[in-house]
Amino acid sequence: MEPIRIHKGLVYPLNRSNVDTDQIIPKQFLKRIERQGFGQFLFYDWRFDQEGNLHDDFSLNASKYEGTSILVAGENFGCGSSREHAPWALQDFGFKIVIAPSFADIFKNNCVKNGILAIELSEEQTQSLMKRGEKELFHLTINLESKTIEDSDGWQIPFHILDYTREMLLNGLDEIGITLLHEEKISQFELSYS
Amino acid sequence: MQTQKTIIEKIWDQHVVYREDGKPDLLYIDLHLVHEVTSPQAFEGLKQNGRKVRRPDRTFATMDHNIPTKNQHIIKDLISKKQIETLEQNCQEFNIPLADINHPDNGIVHVIGPELGLTHPGKTIVCGDSHTSTHGAFGALAFGIGTSEVEHVLATQTLWQAPPKTMNVKVIGKLGTGVSAKDLILAIIAKYGVRFGTGYVIEYTGEAILSLSMEERMTICNMSIEAGARAGLIAPDDTTFEYLRGRKYSPVGAAFDENVSKWRSLTTDQGASYDSTVEIDAAEVAPQVTWGTNPGMCIPVDGQIPEPEAAATTNEKTEIQRALDYMGLEAGQPITSVKIDHVFIGSCTNSRLSDLRKAASIIQGRKVSPSVQAIVVPGSKTVKLAAEQEGIDKIFIDAGFEWRDAGCSMCLAMNDDVVPAGERCASTSNRNFEGRQGTGSRTHLVSPEMAAAAAIEGHFVDIRHYSAVTMKA
Repeated sequence: MEPIRIHKGLVYPLNRSNVDTDQIIPKQFLKRIERQGFGQFLFYDWRFDQEGNLHDDFSLNASKYEGTSILVAGENFGCGSSREHAPWALQDFGFKIVIAPSFADIFKNNCVKNGILAIELSEEQTQSLMKRGEKELFHLTINLESKTIEDSDGWQIPFHILDYTREMLLNGLDEIGITLLHEEKISQFELSYS
Repeated sequence: MQTQKTIIEKIWDQHVVYREDGKPDLLYIDLHLVHEVTSPQAFEGLKQNGRKVRRPDRTFATMDHNIPTKNQHIIKDLISKKQIETLEQNCQEFNIPLADINHPDNGIVHVIGPELGLTHPGKTIVCGDSHTSTHGAFGALAFGIGTSEVEHVLATQTLWQAPPKTMNVKVIGKLGTGVSAKDLILAIIAKYGVRFGTGYVIEYTGEAILSLSMEERMTICNMSIEAGARAGLIAPDDTTFEYLRGRKYSPVGAAFDENVSKWRSLTTDQGASYDSTVEIDAAEVAPQVTWGTNPGMCIPVDGQIPEPEAAATTNEKTEIQRALDYMGLEAGQPITSVKIDHVFIGSCTNSRLSDLRKAASIIQGRKVSPSVQAIVVPGSKTVKLAAEQEGIDKIFIDAGFEWRDAGCSMCLAMNDDVVPAGERCASTSNRNFEGRQGTGSRTHLVSPEMAAAAAIEGHFVDIRHYSAVTMKA
């Protein structure tokens, strides 16, 4: 997994609550056995019509958002299915940061495992980014080391993240490798346990 | 220091392998269930790193999401076929028991786990599927995980997990006649919303819960995730133990009784506190029908589709309007006036023998409306066989239902069982998200009884005023 320390990117506002993982990537694309190549299917039913043509009225299709890497969404983003194909699709499309007032538990875990930073801001903070994104194109710099979000005009806010999660993301750590260092403890546990 | 513990904390504490300040706990996993859709990339990761499956004996695989429900041996979709073959190869290579399509134990992962007696009270159970919460019905701590975590459990039989917050969902009173476990869980989600459980593990308590059968308890716990809770559980009792006695993988003889005495301690101590408690009166719950695009968008069958204008916030108003547009419904419309095109009886929520019996009791001697296509997909081969031995298949077929083979089927429409765009389905499954049953499909979640009656009438009816032939429950 690629480490993430400081990221600057274009913001894309998706002003919807309860965006479920079926919307992030519909089930017909879950049949593949690879981890790569899911970006083309991101938000598929919103981006494309039944014939596979782009919908004009879904904002992510607008050329001005080309290269966006910071998604701002409404509360409970990533609810529903546990499919890790959702963060795989977001990442493959180019998103590295997702900002929302809240995330579904499994989705949030899945993001960390893939080096996507999911940031929880207050409803007010998120909405203010949303409104700004709907008015103008703007970039944000996310600094995971200092746990801050800032724009080019000097505006800055802190965000909260668990130290453990931050370490994992900053260093792009292989969690299984870390756990296997505790193998003796796992074996001992198994012995003491029927 | 608090000595009284909730059942959630008891199970958690028994499984902590390692704890360090500032880190999540390293939690031991007793049972890992695997299926074809969320596992291939995990096995691939193991192979790339030269890692083994630590405990194949604590791992059990089935194929369910992707498989056809008619002519099961002919998988026309080559990508689906490859995914299924990949699971077979991985199970063989890593020595993992697999209930494949030809195996009599095959079925939906959350149906067969309990049915085979793999699911026990006090176990930690995970699966790369959000409806793993189902197994909580047995007093197990069971939750869905992503594919990276699947790989982690395969390699280490553990997971790093921060202790959850605990919530008591207390159900007072008794359910009325014609009101099912499905209605109860839908009513809870309608009342408290689709995210009230986020960050929590729920314990369901109260008179109405204790009087439910194991299959009904599974329906409740199954949908905990639709309230945002990764896990929901019910303390085990005699109903639980009797269900498990004699199951294929249940302990036998004296060992079973020893386990029962251990399992009896899995209750929340008197005086233990939860981080949150909510309450609902079962007596006030009517049969439910979802009208919108998440399970919280749900009303009693005698209710009317909500007005966006009545919403408390602008966001909510937009959400309601968006859902109405997608669903092709009008605000203020009685839900019983909504005509349906499809009925799906199945899924890990409602595809067990008692669900099929209840639906059959409604349709016996009646015919499916000519405008409705109706299918029944039993949750497992075992359920299918048992239903056939009782003659339930004939009741469905005579009424005009299609009687299919087991699988996840139209719950998520990964196989050929798809609701066409713009068409409307009364479904006993768990999610009414946009496109869930097929691109552009419109899903209404209901109980098996309500789905059966809707199949006959071609629109939703209040099951409380709809006569049923009495069958054994």
